[in-house]
Amino acid sequence: MSELFDTVWGWGEFLWSFTIVQIVLSIVALMVPLMLCVAYLTFAERKIIGYMQVRIGPNRVGFFGFKMWGLGQPIADAVKLMFKEIIIPAKANKVLFLMAPVISLATALAAWAVIPLNDFLGIADEVNAGLLYVLAITSLGVYGVIIAGWSSNSKYAFLGALRSSAQIVAYEIAMGFALVGVLLAAGDLNLRVIVESQHGELGLLDWFWLPLFPLFIVYFISGVAETNRAPFDVAEGESEIVAGFHVDYSGMAFAVFFLAEYANMILIAALTAIMFAGGWYSPLPEAWIPGGIMGSLIGDGIQWFIIKTAFFLIFFLWFRATFPRYRYDQIMRLGWKVFIPVTIVWLLVVAVMVLMQLGPWFD
Amino acid sequence: MVEIISFYVFAGLLLFAATMVITMKNPVHSALFLVMTFFNCAALWLMLEAEFLAITLVLVYVGAVMVLFLFVVMMLDINIARMREGFARYLPIAAVVAVILAVELILVVGPANFGLEQFAEPVRHAADYSNTRELGLILYTVYLYPFEIAAAILLVAIVAAISLTMRRREGTRHQDITKQVATKATDCVRVVKMESDTDYDGGSDA
Repeated sequence: MSELFDTVWGWGEFLWSFTIVQIVLSIVALMVPLMLCVAYLTFAERKIIGYMQVRIGPNRVGFFGFKMWGLGQPIADAVKLMFKEIIIPAKANKVLFLMAPVISLATALAAWAVIPLNDFLGIADEVNAGLLYVLAITSLGVYGVIIAGWSSNSKYAFLGALRSSAQIVAYEIAMGFALVGVLLAAGDLNLRVIVESQHGELGLLDWFWLPLFPLFIVYFISGVAETNRAPFDVAEGESEIVAGFHVDYSGMAFAVFFLAEYANMILIAALTAIMFAGGWYSPLPEAWIPGGIMGSLIGDGIQWFIIKTAFFLIFFLWFRATFPRYRYDQIMRLGWKVFIPVTIVWLLVVAVMVLMQLGPWFD
Repeated sequence: MVEIISFYVFAGLLLFAATMVITMKNPVHSALFLVMTFFNCAALWLMLEAEFLAITLVLVYVGAVMVLFLFVVMMLDINIARMREGFARYLPIAAVVAVILAVELILVVGPANFGLEQFAEPVRHAADYSNTRELGLILYTVYLYPFEIAAAILLVAIVAAISLTMRRREGTRHQDITKQVATKATDCVRVVKMESDTDYDGGSDA
């Protein structure tokens, strides 16, 4: 027995000595829980919006004959979609048609490479241009939508693609400016350093959401617009253009778009937590945190990062349950005429605050 | 070894994609191959430790410029047969121009000017060396005036482009959003107080 263990351990050590094995394993270790979160976010959305609208939501599918409040629903959905046929329209561009969902999901997942989960976890969180990398990768997500809309060779899909590309270009600028504010405040592009520069004795009040409040709001709303979520979901607009860019997709190809949307939501929520809400730091003032097990529970740690991400995710669902869809010209007006001026003005304010070394954030 | 292999892979893909940009019949395919060209270029720059330039290339050109490019190209209705008509007729002139360009480029960028004898091999920086910080420091100190002038020229170009294309036509129907936003509930809804109809006898006409 111990001999077998030794051989396996030896093989493990041999494989671990290759850098590529370490990299692949760390990616898998992050991606598997993340995809599970994506699956259960779809479930959470249906449940939470259900409760907001005084319904029950899915409550039938469980495991092993137990209903378990419908917890089996996302698995059942995935199995169903996997076994459905992927119909490719006759006049569609086949290669691009199948590439589009892959691009959508890949860009949503690739940005996780530079995200620090707590003070030591992360795949490549030592990259010193992390913020730039995140901006560049998230700006690529629109290609999935554009290529899907164009290659479907359908008018509705094409209209969705056009709407989406104009919208994303508009909101990307506001988003970029909001992140320039964070960069100014933190003085570094590395996401870990950005979180660490929000550390202080006051807990919650030390984070950047307070001095950068307008940028925080602009960033989060632009994030909702970037992910094509309600009330900015004109690219889908099921009441106007059926389902927009993915009207011709079926089966798993459609499911991948669906997963990409939810993965993007988690990404935006996690980024908001990192840039404006102190990442893995505890919201309690340092003096309040006791020692021992209680201290490690409510002290700094990955649990706070997860809680904050979940907190921002609830807003995505809440928006969808509450607001009617924006009219397209109103979206453009909000992006170009409201958000961009607000961010530019607040950038100047942040620059002055940093120069004056205003406490407790910038001293 | 890994570096040399990845250089040739990226460089080969770059040349392939660049060739496809000019040979593809469909302009949308050309634009997408241009995106691929930018990506491989960014990868090559990353290998040269110019991570700021590499990521900015992806951010600006792939993330914004090419999206707008695709936006326009997708809506074009191009007759491909007509575009290929003059190909044979213009080929000799194009070939002469191409040969001259190639010779000039080789003369300028060739090893005589950019070889290892002319430039020492650049020193490798430590892992914590930040490209972005160094570029920022130089851009906002030594090259401040050129930088600001370039910015001003770009701003003028933006204003010019907008003022050239913006025209107000009379008689078009459109919504004035400022008016819509400024509307109050009291402007649209009138609450009327009425005496209740006490003579109503409880649905005798039903």
